[in-house]
Amino acid sequence: MGKPRFLYVPFWLTYVFLYAPILVLVVMSFNAGRSPYVYEGFSLKWYGVLAEDDKIMQGLVNTLIVAAASTVLATVLGTLLAVGLARHTRSKLLDALGLMPAILPDLVLAIGLLVFYDVVKFSLGLHSVILSHALFGMAFVAAVVRTRLTHADSSLEEASRDLGAGPVTTFVRVTLPQLAPGIVAGALLAFTLSIDEFVIAFFTAAPTEPTLPIVIYSMVRFGVTPEINALASILLLVSFTVVIVAQRMTKIGEIRAQD
Amino acid sequence: MLKIDGVTRRFGDVTALDNVSLEIEQGEFFALLGPSGCGKTTLLRILAGFETPDEGTVTLDGEDLLSMAPNRRPINLMFQSYALFPHMTVAKNIAYGLEQEKVGKAEIKQRVGEVLETIGLGEMASRKPGQLSGGQRQRVALARAIVKRPRLLLLDEPLSALDKKVRAGMQLELKRLQNEVGITFVVVTHDQEEAMSLADRIAVFESGRVRQVDEPVELYERPRTPFVADFVGANNLFEGTAVPGGLDVPDLGVLPGEGTELAGVKALLAVRPENVRLADRGLLGTVLDVSFYGGISHIAVTVEGRDKPVLVAQQGAAKVEAGAQVRLGWDAHDAVLIQEG
Repeated sequence: MGKPRFLYVPFWLTYVFLYAPILVLVVMSFNAGRSPYVYEGFSLKWYGVLAEDDKIMQGLVNTLIVAAASTVLATVLGTLLAVGLARHTRSKLLDALGLMPAILPDLVLAIGLLVFYDVVKFSLGLHSVILSHALFGMAFVAAVVRTRLTHADSSLEEASRDLGAGPVTTFVRVTLPQLAPGIVAGALLAFTLSIDEFVIAFFTAAPTEPTLPIVIYSMVRFGVTPEINALASILLLVSFTVVIVAQRMTKIGEIRAQD
Repeated sequence: MLKIDGVTRRFGDVTALDNVSLEIEQGEFFALLGPSGCGKTTLLRILAGFETPDEGTVTLDGEDLLSMAPNRRPINLMFQSYALFPHMTVAKNIAYGLEQEKVGKAEIKQRVGEVLETIGLGEMASRKPGQLSGGQRQRVALARAIVKRPRLLLLDEPLSALDKKVRAGMQLELKRLQNEVGITFVVVTHDQEEAMSLADRIAVFESGRVRQVDEPVELYERPRTPFVADFVGANNLFEGTAVPGGLDVPDLGVLPGEGTELAGVKALLAVRPENVRLADRGLLGTVLDVSFYGGISHIAVTVEGRDKPVLVAQQGAAKVEAGAQVRLGWDAHDAVLIQEG
C-alpha cells in the first residue's frame, strides 16, 4: 500500500523466470505435431502414447517402489538418528557426520556405494537403489527433525518420566507427537528427492530395472518428442499436489502442537 | 520422612552442591531459597531423579531413592515451565500420570473430575494448554502432579511465571491445597517473600551450601550467617568487633545488639529498617532521601564513617525531610550479632 508500483517489477520478473519454461513445457505437451518446439495445434495424443509406452510405465512403477520403500526406511532411521543426536550425545563430530550424506556430492556417494556393493558382493537391483536412497534420505529427515527437536522443550519428556512413564511410552506419547510435523516434512522431502534422483540410481540400479529418470535420460538421447512433455506435465501435477498437501499437513501439525 | 545426607554434585570444576544434609518432615511445606546458581534446582532435580549426586544418600521413609528411576519414584515435580503436553487436552494431561499406574478408566475419570473441581477448572477439561492463561496453566500443572497422590511434591519456582496479582492469589491457593491434600511440599524459589509466606521451614542456599535452616520468623529475626542476614529481607549491616552488649564499630562507637556470647571476635551487627527509630540520642546522620510507599515510608540516612546509607522504615508518612539532621537508635534485642567467617 502506497508503495511505488515499479518495485513489483523485479518480483514479477522472478516469477516469469521461474515459471515461463514450465508453462512452455505444459503447453507443448498438448502439441499435435511431433516437435516439442513448434506448436501445431491442440491434441491429447501424446498422453495416449505415454500411457502405452511400457518402458516409461515400468520406469514409473520402479521409481514409485524405490521412493516409497526408501522413504519409509529413511523416515524411521532419520527420526531415530535425530533423537539420538539431540538427546543422547554431545559430540559435535557425530552430529556433523550424521548429517553429512545430505551435503555430500551425489557423485561421491554414488561411486562409494557402487564400490561398497561390489566389495560386499551385494547384487544390484531395486533393493540396492532403495538402500542408497534411504541413506541420503535419512540424512535429510534427520536434519529436519533435528531442527524441530532443538526447539522442542525437553522438560516435556522429563515431565512424562516424572508422571511414571517409561522411556518407550515417553517416546511414543510425548516425543513423537511433538516431532510429527518435522517427520512429515522430512518424509516428503525424502520422497520427492528420491523420485527425481538420477546420479545415484544410475550407478546402483541394475540395467534391467531402470528408474524413471534413467528411462527419460536414455529416451532424450534419441531426440525429444512431446511424449516427454506429457510425462513432465503429469509429474508436475503430482509434485504440486504433494507440496500443497505437505503445507496443509505441517500447518495442521503446527496448530495441533501449539494448542 | 525425606532424608538428604551429605549430597555433593560437581559439574566439571563447579561444585553445585557441597555436602548438603537436610531432613524434611511429613506434611511439611519446605522451601529451598537462594539466588540463582546456588544449587537449589540441582537438589530438586536430584530428588526428582533427573540428576545423580556424586556423593551422599537420599532416602524417603527409609527407602533409598537414588537407585530408583524417575518414573518409579513416589514423587512428582511441578516444572517451572509447567511442561504441559501441548497436544493433549487439560483432562488428558491430568489423566496421563494415572494411565501410567494402570488405574481403571472409571477411576481415572472420577479422580480427574475431582481434581479439576479442586483447582476450579472443571469447564476447561477439553481445552488445550495453549488456550489457557498463565494462571490456569499453573493450576493444571499442579493438578497433574497432585492427582497421582505422591508422597512428596516438588515445585520449581511455581509462581515465577505469573504476574503479581495472580501470584498473590495462587500463593493462598497453594497453601490451602497443601493443607487439604496433606502432601509434603518442597518448593524451590529465589523469591524470599514467596518462601516466607508459603513455607513452614526454609533452607537458605549459597554457592552449593546450606547456610541456615529455620522457620520464616526465626530466619528473619535471627539470621545466623552474614549471607542470610543480607539475603533475607532488607537489613542494615555494620562491621566491627563484638563487645559485651553490642558491637564496637570503628568511627561509630559501640552499637547495641544481642547474639554472640564471644566478645572480642570480628562480627556483623544486623538491624532491620523497621526496628530503627529516629531518636533523641544515638547515631548522628543526615537524611539523604525520603520515599513514601503508602503504608510505610523509607528514609535513607547517611552516617559519617559508613559508605552505605542506613535505611529506616516508618509507619505512615515521614516527618523529616531530606537534609535534616537526625539521630538513629534501636533496642539491643532488635539487633543481631553475627560472627564473621
